[in-house]
Amino acid sequence: MQPILQGLFDGIFNGVSIGSVLLLAALGLAIVFGLMGVINLAHGELMMLGAYTTFVVQNVAKAWLPAYKPSAEAGAIGNALKFLISQEMYIFYALIAAFIVTALVGLALERGVIRFLYGRPLETLLATWGVSLILRQFVRSANTLLTIAIALFCLLFLGGWWLLSRRLDWERIRGWALTILFVLSMGIVITAGLLMARMPKLTQLWFGTRNIDVTAPAWLRGGMPVGTLQLPYARLFIMALTVLCLVGIYTFLQRSTWGLKIRAVTQNRNMSACLGIPTSVVDALTFALGSGLAGIAGCAVTLLGSVGPNLGANYIVDAFMVVVVGGVGKMIGTVVASLMIGTVTYLIGSGTIALILTNLQVAALQPLVDFFTFFATTSMAKVMVFALIIAFLQFRPAGLFPQKGRTVDA
Amino acid sequence: MTVVNAAIANLGVKRNPKRALVIEAAIVLTIALVLVLILPLLLSGFRLKLLGRFLSLAIVALGIDLIWGYTGLLSLGHGIFFALGGYALAMYLQLQLPAGRIPEFFSLYGVQDLPWFWKPFYSFPFTLVAIVVIPMLVAGLLGYLVFRNRIRGVYFSILTQAALVVFFNFFNGQQKLINGTNGLKTDTSTLFGFQVGTPQVQFVFYVLTVVFLVLIYALCRWLTSGRFGRMLIAIRDDESRVRFSGYNPTSFKVLVFAVSGAIAGISGALYTVQSGIVSPQYMDIAFSIEMVIWVAVGGRATLAGAVLGAVAVNFARTLLSEKFPEIWLFFQGALFLLVVTVLPDGVIGWARYRALDQLRSLLRRPPKVSTYPSLATDPTVQQEQASLEASHPPKSS
Repeated sequence: MQPILQGLFDGIFNGVSIGSVLLLAALGLAIVFGLMGVINLAHGELMMLGAYTTFVVQNVAKAWLPAYKPSAEAGAIGNALKFLISQEMYIFYALIAAFIVTALVGLALERGVIRFLYGRPLETLLATWGVSLILRQFVRSANTLLTIAIALFCLLFLGGWWLLSRRLDWERIRGWALTILFVLSMGIVITAGLLMARMPKLTQLWFGTRNIDVTAPAWLRGGMPVGTLQLPYARLFIMALTVLCLVGIYTFLQRSTWGLKIRAVTQNRNMSACLGIPTSVVDALTFALGSGLAGIAGCAVTLLGSVGPNLGANYIVDAFMVVVVGGVGKMIGTVVASLMIGTVTYLIGSGTIALILTNLQVAALQPLVDFFTFFATTSMAKVMVFALIIAFLQFRPAGLFPQKGRTVDA
Repeated sequence: MTVVNAAIANLGVKRNPKRALVIEAAIVLTIALVLVLILPLLLSGFRLKLLGRFLSLAIVALGIDLIWGYTGLLSLGHGIFFALGGYALAMYLQLQLPAGRIPEFFSLYGVQDLPWFWKPFYSFPFTLVAIVVIPMLVAGLLGYLVFRNRIRGVYFSILTQAALVVFFNFFNGQQKLINGTNGLKTDTSTLFGFQVGTPQVQFVFYVLTVVFLVLIYALCRWLTSGRFGRMLIAIRDDESRVRFSGYNPTSFKVLVFAVSGAIAGISGALYTVQSGIVSPQYMDIAFSIEMVIWVAVGGRATLAGAVLGAVAVNFARTLLSEKFPEIWLFFQGALFLLVVTVLPDGVIGWARYRALDQLRSLLRRPPKVSTYPSLATDPTVQQEQASLEASHPPKSS
């Protein structure tokens, strides 16, 4: 019996740790979807940006911050202070930086694109997919020149827009003015770019297409021994981070004024607008918050392995399944769904179920063993989990904890 | 009642429906003849092969237009049906071997006997049926399970995308059954004793593609112009009201999803023989979403738009990615953004609804507005007026 229990414990620990990563990835998605009905296909790419931010912060920390060397004369407080500003702590700076960077990108995305597409969820989906393609390619071919070009273009185009929009007859000339402005600033940027492309320093790729590796700080390597098992510190850290994020979001939504406003808009947008809640500000804020959470998720993912431009695609579908199973509008649904999906995927994918069934030594269960052995790889586990999800939706179409309401379509 | 039916029949139909239909058929046939007879003389072999592939992609775009443009269901998983059709044909081609031998790749994984689901593919008629029916059944089943619960909108899109990932994983992981990641090659195999990869056979497939494109265009035209098509549009515009009117939208949606899947299967089979390989890459997420953008670029709910969009975007892609592969992704992303924000009706929709007005405003003429005098000549309005007068005769004083 002992190996079965151990296998089960191991399976549940791993499953919960996978589930917590999923939860981090899905949390921002669920909040944004619950509030605005917007499916953000670029969410995975925001995670990727968070991961690359972590990489940059790590390199900066290695270059600028001192390594941690405890000394006797500094004392306990002095050592703690030294630790706080040493390279070992970069992960915390990276978390903050990733949150800020992705939140800003998310804010720009909402103000620049999604704002114009409210009420058209399918179009939003396509637009965010376009954004995700651009972000993916941007990371691959990012260099100083490209960044300068984009900044210059934004300056010319948006600046020109701003200047022209102060004219009184703006509405009349809008279409033509924007077209001319676009072509003009594009021309200037391309010419400038071709001129500057001679300097090799500017065209050197920042990241390139290869995967990058983030080394976890020393105190996150290794694991905590429990019995004969080792629980990796990195995974424990991610779980703690997930709990912290959950508590933080919960407190923000339940205790703060803006949280109240967000909840109000989630429940009834029109009524909230009538009561004087600035819904567009709430939208922008929520989108920034959801994107920031994606950044944190991306930062956490770097601890598990190397990351590349396609990082987002690996997580996005699973994160969406969490949202579908959990139901919209309740955080508890997202939590339960992600832990469930994570655990079930791991138990099936690692072959734990098949192993346990074999260990039971019942001949009648042999077909079942074969069945589970067939699904005992990570990709085949997804096949089975999807079948389970479809079956689950047959009797709970709106997810685990659906929002109660009186609309016809609910 | 008959008056109401006549009024319904008149909706959306031009002044003289028969004449319009004849003109449309003539245009389609002319384009098809140009594609089959004239273009092969003008284009190099390589470009012609590309065109053939793009035309087969236009077929799947028609299927997507049927379900997205007309019914309002955004499927992000058409790659499944596309690939299933491709695999069905490729499996038949792989089995064109001397008796007792099995396709080579099986020996790599130590498989001695042919897996059971390969066996029916010895038969050519079965294969032809399978290309259509297998995707149709998969689509129908998935559609039934999803639509039965009134899951729709973005939920439907996500579920189809997840199904796509699942199928991708399945085909990618099963090395022993269907050669996994490597896919099945069709170039070197034979069909009725002819090698598939030779230019002559490829030209036959090109002609076949054009024929199927015309046939499926006609099918979609027939489906969308009748009562069925109006039902689809009604579901797109207000599904609840359709339900309240006593119809069951579920069966219509399942049916149209199955038909769309079957069309995708045909398209996949034609694409496979022309590109020489079918692999799980056909079920890439990006590829399936791209199919949707072809339709959006051309113009939703216009069948010509779907064909035009598929061919144009794919040619733009080859042109751009031959020279600068990294620009294409930026360009494609921008295309998604632009179509959705600036050109929601696509090229055809823009030409139909706005091009004339923009031209007039360029010439500093006032825009043409449909007001009372022109409305009064509209046959539908006249008919309604007549029926109103018939039921309430004006009182003679």
